[in-house]
Amino acid sequence: MATELLLAAIMMTALVLYALMAGADFGSGVWDLLASGPRRAQQRALIEKAIGPIWEANHVWLILVVVVLFASFPSAFAAISVALHIPLTLFLVGVVFRGSAFTFRAYDTRGDQQQRRWGLIFSLASVISPVMLGMMVGALASGRIRVAEGVVTSSFVFTWLGLFPLLVGLFALALFAFLAAIYLANEAPTPELADDFRRRALAAGAVVGALALCTFLASFEGAPLINAGLTQRPWTWPLHAGTAVSALAAFWALWRRRLALARLAGIAQGAFILLGWTVSQYPYLVVPDLTLQGSASNPKTQRLILGALAAGSVLLFPSLYVLYRIFKGKPLRSDPG
Amino acid sequence: MDHLTYARAQMGLSLAFHMVFAAVGVALPVFMVIADVMLLRTGDPDYRELGKRMAKGTSILFAVGAVSGTVLSFELGLLWPTFMGTFGELIGLPFALEGFAFFTEAIFLGIYLYGRQRIHPRLHLFAGIMVAVSGAVSAFFVTLVNSFMNLPAGFTMEHGRAVGLDPWAAMFSPSWKHQTVHVLLSCYQATAFAMAGVQAAVLLRHRGSTLFRKSLGMSLAVACVVALVQPLSGHGSAQSIAVLQPTKLAAAEAHFHSGRRAPILVGGLPDADAQETRGALSIPGGLSFMAFNDLDAEVQGLDAVPRDEWPNVAATHTAFDVMVGTGSLMMLLSVLAGVLAWRKKGLPDGTWFLRAVVACGPLGLIAMEAGWCVTEFGRQPWVVRGAMRTRDAVTPFPYLAAPFWMFTLVYVFLAVTVVYLLFRQLRDAPIAAPALSVRTPPSAPSAPNAPAPGQEAEHGH
Repeated sequence: MATELLLAAIMMTALVLYALMAGADFGSGVWDLLASGPRRAQQRALIEKAIGPIWEANHVWLILVVVVLFASFPSAFAAISVALHIPLTLFLVGVVFRGSAFTFRAYDTRGDQQQRRWGLIFSLASVISPVMLGMMVGALASGRIRVAEGVVTSSFVFTWLGLFPLLVGLFALALFAFLAAIYLANEAPTPELADDFRRRALAAGAVVGALALCTFLASFEGAPLINAGLTQRPWTWPLHAGTAVSALAAFWALWRRRLALARLAGIAQGAFILLGWTVSQYPYLVVPDLTLQGSASNPKTQRLILGALAAGSVLLFPSLYVLYRIFKGKPLRSDPG
Repeated sequence: MDHLTYARAQMGLSLAFHMVFAAVGVALPVFMVIADVMLLRTGDPDYRELGKRMAKGTSILFAVGAVSGTVLSFELGLLWPTFMGTFGELIGLPFALEGFAFFTEAIFLGIYLYGRQRIHPRLHLFAGIMVAVSGAVSAFFVTLVNSFMNLPAGFTMEHGRAVGLDPWAAMFSPSWKHQTVHVLLSCYQATAFAMAGVQAAVLLRHRGSTLFRKSLGMSLAVACVVALVQPLSGHGSAQSIAVLQPTKLAAAEAHFHSGRRAPILVGGLPDADAQETRGALSIPGGLSFMAFNDLDAEVQGLDAVPRDEWPNVAATHTAFDVMVGTGSLMMLLSVLAGVLAWRKKGLPDGTWFLRAVVACGPLGLIAMEAGWCVTEFGRQPWVVRGAMRTRDAVTPFPYLAAPFWMFTLVYVFLAVTVVYLLFRQLRDAPIAAPALSVRTPPSAPSAPNAPAPGQEAEHGH
């Protein structure tokens, strides 16, 4: 296998893991914003407890994606940074406020008013960032970003500000909220709280389905190349079938209160959706001017980066396992101070 | 401001902001680990309390450091796409390794902060050690990138393109040893002095607090040792720069004319057009001696390179003087602390000494920021020295004023909030550890077991 394909596959994996892990942290922010009913305070407490120990580690998948991107496909990184300057900046502002407001809320113990204020900033930022992330993905797929000899020639605004990118942005937000609700339902300490999030997961799942249909319809006009990739490449069909099966399984499991199974199916659904997108987009990094092969860095760098990734993984995966084992393994003892 | 200035200002502001949190993120875990080790060895509840408080501070500071660092990794592309498009594949290797170090740091920090009640104390201590080590490793790899920009290696430029790429050689450019040591020491120094300053201030108001006596002993010990070692590392850096980056040294020393028996100029305002420095104290032969151990050595001046390749001499020289000045003050304080501790056989706690420690509290951070200004101003007009000019690396995105002002507001808001939260936490927290059991001894004002700085340093390393 060519090194650039291997690196693209690793980048893709890191992006999927970012969506499944950090995406759900953003999604939890959505449920913090929408907390309601008699157990509103418990919902927020569960969210804080669920993402507190892990959100910073989950966030690092994004750093890994960026680093692999600029080390392996430097010209694509440069073009994307120029063309998507505005949504990237807004995404970053969301990232900054999400992380810092979440931490400030935990440590600013003046009173309820301050807690609510930080909570509002945290949850609004948790909405902005996924939408921007999705809009950037939509722009990359749309074919509207044009690059000629390394120079971006398209608009700084109208590549990502359009119906198709906006639908992808909303779709990303709904997907993250769906995942978060499933995870939270699994981690809830009481059956009532679990049921709050089970119902939210069902609602979010319905929105995900509706937005998936809208995005697909919009892609005929908004992203013709991706549309063709989705529909006319037989070898992508198993991925679509996988998406459909896991989505139905997630619904059924949520309906029947099989929460652990729902989590498994939800994770599979998220992964299939992202894989389906990238495989349909292959071989383009930025449709239609930058391909993986065309923007690949020199083979020597790529081999060294692969070596670094392999060496790093030896440290990373056991550490991640320990982290998740401690905080997500079994129902935990009483709250730490 | 023009386009390029906005880009440089945004990058500079983001780095200046992030650097404080990054440095604290490297050093504070070391103090947490020291407190934990002391707790395991002595069972003293003061160390438990100290560890918990530092963990709270670390939590806030690390979160802000992590998100501001994320902004930076994207800003490399947002502001300098041509630099990244050309050299991304050369600096990708240290950044990839740094990514894993950051991952390790974030994972074990989560375990450390939230796992205190859930895991065995030994595993908890191990997590703390992993945070401290990976923080240092992370800073090490990032500094390698800066070292490459100052003294590029591993490629040749042909028609604006880098060819013959060797990422391994690029990662270990000739200046890597001096720069990484200097940067890592500055992280410990800045954090230790800031902590000592705060603890001395509390101790001035609550003279009997054993908790703060022990804390001050710990941070002062580290602060003094590092403040004495750092000038040696700086001297090594200067000697290396004298050979490898003579233009930077010339700008830092406002040394316009090449020649023998070059003087050191302390203070003064360099005038690049007149090629002279007004109001400086001149030590004849000082620069020659410092750079080459020889009063009569020839030191290359700014006149050796074309005028359009000069850095901003006034900015570089002023930053250099601030760095050396603050470093010297901290060194003096360390000598003083050592003498007092030796005579008293314990923590020096005279009112005037504690006031001096408070006054020196911010100096480590100031020295670190100034030192970074020296190396960055001194590299201009290049982003990669000799290979790509900063103005050729900047983004074509035309509205840079907007993100600059937006990030400025964001960082001011975050800085004010963090300072306020840390201040509140310090003000509201009790000055002694809560009594956990009946065997806790009452704390006497003149605690006989107050550790001397030297002993503490032994425990810590």
